[in-house]
Amino acid sequence: MEEELDSNFITVGNIKTEKSVIMNVEDCNVYYGDVHALKNVNMEIGKSEVLALIGPSGCGKSTFIRCLNRLNDTIDIARVTGKISLDGQDIYSDYINSSGNMDVVLLRARVGMVFQKPNPFPKSIFENVAYGPKIHGLTKDKQDLNDLVESCLVKVGLWDEVKDRLEDSGTSLSGGQQQRLCIARAIAVQPEVILMDEPCSALDPIATERIEDLISELKQNYALVVVTHSMQQASRISQRAAYFHMGNLVEVDSSEKIFNDPSHALTTNYISGRIG
Amino acid sequence: MYWGIKKMMSIIALSFLLITFLNFRAGRSKALKIRENTTIHSLPEYYGYYTAFWFLIPVTLIGISWLFFSESLITSFVLSNLQKEIVNFNEIQTLNFINGFKNLSEGRNITGEISLLLKEAASLYSYFSTVSNTLLIFACLSIGLFGFYISINKVSSVFQARNAIEKYINYFFLASTCIAILATAGILFSVVFEAIRFFGLVDLDDFLFGLKWSPQMAIREDQVGSSGAFGAIPLFVGTILISIIALLVAVPIGLMNAIYLSEYSPSNVRAYAKPMLEILAGIPTVVYGFFAAITVAPFLRGLGEFVGLSISSESALGVGLVMGIMIIPLVSSLSDDVISAVPQSMRDGSLGLGATKSETIKKVILPAALPGIVGGVLLAASRAIGETMIVVMAAGLSAKLTINPLDAVTTVTVQIVTLLVGDQEFDSPKTLAAFALGLTLFVFTLVLNYFALRIVKKYREQYE
Amino acid sequence: MNNINSSDLSVTKLIEKSLEKRNQKERYFRIYGLSSLVIAVVFLLTFFASIISTGYQAFIKTDIELEVFLDSEVIYPNGTKTAEDLFFVDYDSLIFTSLKEQLPELKNRNERRQARLILSSGASYQIQNKIIKDKSLVGQTVSFILPLDDEVDMYLKGYVDTESSENSRKITDFQIALVENLNKKGLIHKNFNTTLFVSGDSREPELAGILGALVGSFMMLSITFIISFPLAVSAAIYLEEFAKKNMWTDFLEVNINNLAAVPSIIYGLLGLAIFINFFGFPRSAPIVGGLVLSLMTFPVVIIASRAALKSVPPSIRDAALGLGASKIQTTLHHVVPLALPGMLTGSIVGMARALGESAPLIMIGMVAFVVDIPTSITEPSAALPVQVFLWSDAPERGFAEKTSAAILVLLVFLVLMNSLAIWLRNKFQIKW
Repeated sequence: MEEELDSNFITVGNIKTEKSVIMNVEDCNVYYGDVHALKNVNMEIGKSEVLALIGPSGCGKSTFIRCLNRLNDTIDIARVTGKISLDGQDIYSDYINSSGNMDVVLLRARVGMVFQKPNPFPKSIFENVAYGPKIHGLTKDKQDLNDLVESCLVKVGLWDEVKDRLEDSGTSLSGGQQQRLCIARAIAVQPEVILMDEPCSALDPIATERIEDLISELKQNYALVVVTHSMQQASRISQRAAYFHMGNLVEVDSSEKIFNDPSHALTTNYISGRIG
Repeated sequence: MYWGIKKMMSIIALSFLLITFLNFRAGRSKALKIRENTTIHSLPEYYGYYTAFWFLIPVTLIGISWLFFSESLITSFVLSNLQKEIVNFNEIQTLNFINGFKNLSEGRNITGEISLLLKEAASLYSYFSTVSNTLLIFACLSIGLFGFYISINKVSSVFQARNAIEKYINYFFLASTCIAILATAGILFSVVFEAIRFFGLVDLDDFLFGLKWSPQMAIREDQVGSSGAFGAIPLFVGTILISIIALLVAVPIGLMNAIYLSEYSPSNVRAYAKPMLEILAGIPTVVYGFFAAITVAPFLRGLGEFVGLSISSESALGVGLVMGIMIIPLVSSLSDDVISAVPQSMRDGSLGLGATKSETIKKVILPAALPGIVGGVLLAASRAIGETMIVVMAAGLSAKLTINPLDAVTTVTVQIVTLLVGDQEFDSPKTLAAFALGLTLFVFTLVLNYFALRIVKKYREQYE
Repeated sequence: MNNINSSDLSVTKLIEKSLEKRNQKERYFRIYGLSSLVIAVVFLLTFFASIISTGYQAFIKTDIELEVFLDSEVIYPNGTKTAEDLFFVDYDSLIFTSLKEQLPELKNRNERRQARLILSSGASYQIQNKIIKDKSLVGQTVSFILPLDDEVDMYLKGYVDTESSENSRKITDFQIALVENLNKKGLIHKNFNTTLFVSGDSREPELAGILGALVGSFMMLSITFIISFPLAVSAAIYLEEFAKKNMWTDFLEVNINNLAAVPSIIYGLLGLAIFINFFGFPRSAPIVGGLVLSLMTFPVVIIASRAALKSVPPSIRDAALGLGASKIQTTLHHVVPLALPGMLTGSIVGMARALGESAPLIMIGMVAFVVDIPTSITEPSAALPVQVFLWSDAPERGFAEKTSAAILVLLVFLVLMNSLAIWLRNKFQIKW
């Protein structure tokens, strides 16, 4: 059943021009040991958009997103093939410095990630946001750093709530606040792409709404790839959507098209609730 | 003659077991018989267990008490019978006398001449022993059978044997647990009791704060507490000096071991490294001590000569080094547990921001794991402080007050051993000092362990 | 709007600048980690090399083969042939007579004395024992393999510096010459050192063995297991399955954790003060050692058993209770059998630790010199780790190799016990 899918794929959405593509995925396959978890994925990611990845559990969305910042490297049995490029540079070539190759440290600074369960460090709120800029040496002096931290917290709408208690532990915040802190932490490194792996699934509806508003604001300056298991959320926040089914990328197109008039039968089944 | 008695005792013990089994059969048979006519509450074997229990337990209790108390009772009977003749014996003579007639009556060789008094004592001892053995058998049989009689009359269709048995099992479990209390109480009692006697002879302040330790200067009647020869500060300093050296060796190596094995090493290296660390942990401390004395100490001394330093062959450095190596596996496994407890999401968060592995470890994981690591270091310190064999075999005996690691120092544990392994005069301040030292050691390690375990527990709760 | 791009490039450049130094730090950190592992390995190898090289020769003993004429005039000088007579014979003279035949060049008294000293003082007992077993040998010439003195043994194993002055060693040049003479005649043999395994301790290194220590340790460990295993398992069962969570059980748990970390010497003090002085148990007897070691092993086994019980999933208990089993039946028939491998593993590991402990045994008096093999648990005995301690202190050179050999035997037992525990764990462990 899975092999027949290849010929029916529609891959690139037609909203973009070539100049606004930030990441390109070609023939990406992922194996966990002998298990073929992700099969022949081809996709483009635009510079300033929200791309939603949808699909039933276990279809490979999280696996795929972790390829984009090479976090799959931390899993011993994972093997990734194909070519993924950021701004034209192959991100999987060897990472000892030489021109044309990308150091994984640099990659992860340019492609940030927010996780499903908020994971602030057991440090102060300030230190959480300052961690990235500090290790990469992005600021010149203390004032610079303070400014950067403040601007990031402002951007995620957390500044007013925490400006008087920046030394408090990051874990003392509520769930929604913690997730916003993690987003602030990610943008402090000034990435070009932000990956989000079900960012709201551990949060209550009010906190979810705030994060969704934040995502819509962020799309002006960043490319956001958001994995979500909620179709409603996907249709709310995204411009393009990609439907994954059991390791295959079935369809990727404008959100309007995917959610109202998908081209592929499997997508229709998922959208209408027949599978999932 | 002694062998004969031993054989007889074993036969008697076996017969008691046989009687227990017969009691079991009797109880069970009665229950089976009842079951032919009416329904009974529990399975027949529970009734058997019940009757067997009420025979065996009294017998066992009597037997254990006899085991613990008979020896001293018999000895005191012998002594009181010969009160006139031995009234002038002092403590050493009494002890020798007791050893003498015990050995003689059991057919073992004695050094020195065998006086008439000794022979008389020996025969009294044998006599009383025989009496006590006979009394034991008689008491066991009569009380045991009495218990059996009562219990078998209770066997009826409504008697809830299984519940009774389960209650007894419960009590047994509870009693086993209370042995832990008994052990602690025993330690406290034995050590505190003798230590208090010591502090009756030597002032507490002199002991804790005195700077001179030379117990050879036995305290005479007219010098009670004034000579200050039991000042334990040199011992404390020596103990801490060696422990610090040991920790300086063990903590960096053990911690880096744990980090490397859990974060960096490929799985095949881990497969070899873990068993190797377990072997290191399993080497007995007496063997480490031998190694320290035979190999490490001469090596260090030669090294010192080469460099122009005078390193004592019993230097704190040598002892501390070997002790540190002994503690490495402990630090490594405790750190490993602690580092593994840090959730993977923390690592992912740091790596996702573009940190290198070492940055993640140094700036995120270790700070998060710090309380746990501190707890582990405290436990390792406690182990180092309480260590005996390595120091006895490789450290010095003279209580020199110094912090120079190249000098020979002595520790609390060494002194406990040397004070007690000589001739015993149980009231001399020398022997009692050992217990005072023991008390100090116990209290100190107790406090250290308590805090260490509490810190680690709190740290674990953070991540659960 | 696309201000990302320009700041992006500068951020990228900043990061690239930092990369070289950071990657270097990463490399150093990794090397630091690997080297800590290497240090531990190097120590282990040095340690084993050191012990094996000093100890392996202890498994060999040097003997002399002599034809000894059992002259009945020497053995039964009074003409009476009672069994008791055999204990008072000067067997050394018989041996020396035979020796003289091999060394005719002995001129004066001094030389004869030195020749006598070549043989071990235990040689005469061998002759005595053989005659006691078979009295008909009297009057015949019997071939004996007799032990040599420890100084000769050391020389033949290469430990004596023949260049050094005679004052700095125990064996004289003349004795060396005699020994070489006998060696050339083919009378000196090297055999496997059975003495090491069949004899008890002795003042003479060539006659010393570890059998007494082995028996003592075995007795003590048996007592330890018999006492501590059932009690510790019962306590663990109570704490894990039956006890309610209140202040009392918290206190018990803290108590047990502390007991597990108390220095072993304190247990020795306990044994001395309570078992020996208060209850009057015999000094240095396996029963006392066993009791002390039991108390020491007790908390360790409790902790291991509790972990084993915790790992049995609650669904097992629920299933049994749901069928109407009582709490005790559930625990004893279902939970404990499943946890038993883990409990056994924990107690074997605890026993291995107890086998290696010497400090508490020294406190209860096992430093006494015990020659006989103990036959009951109330006789004075030795223990293997304490034997190592005693021999390491002995001045004779011959004891140094014996100490290493005893260490090797001890390590072999420990490895066996730990391997047994690991095998048990692997074979019977159920991964829930």
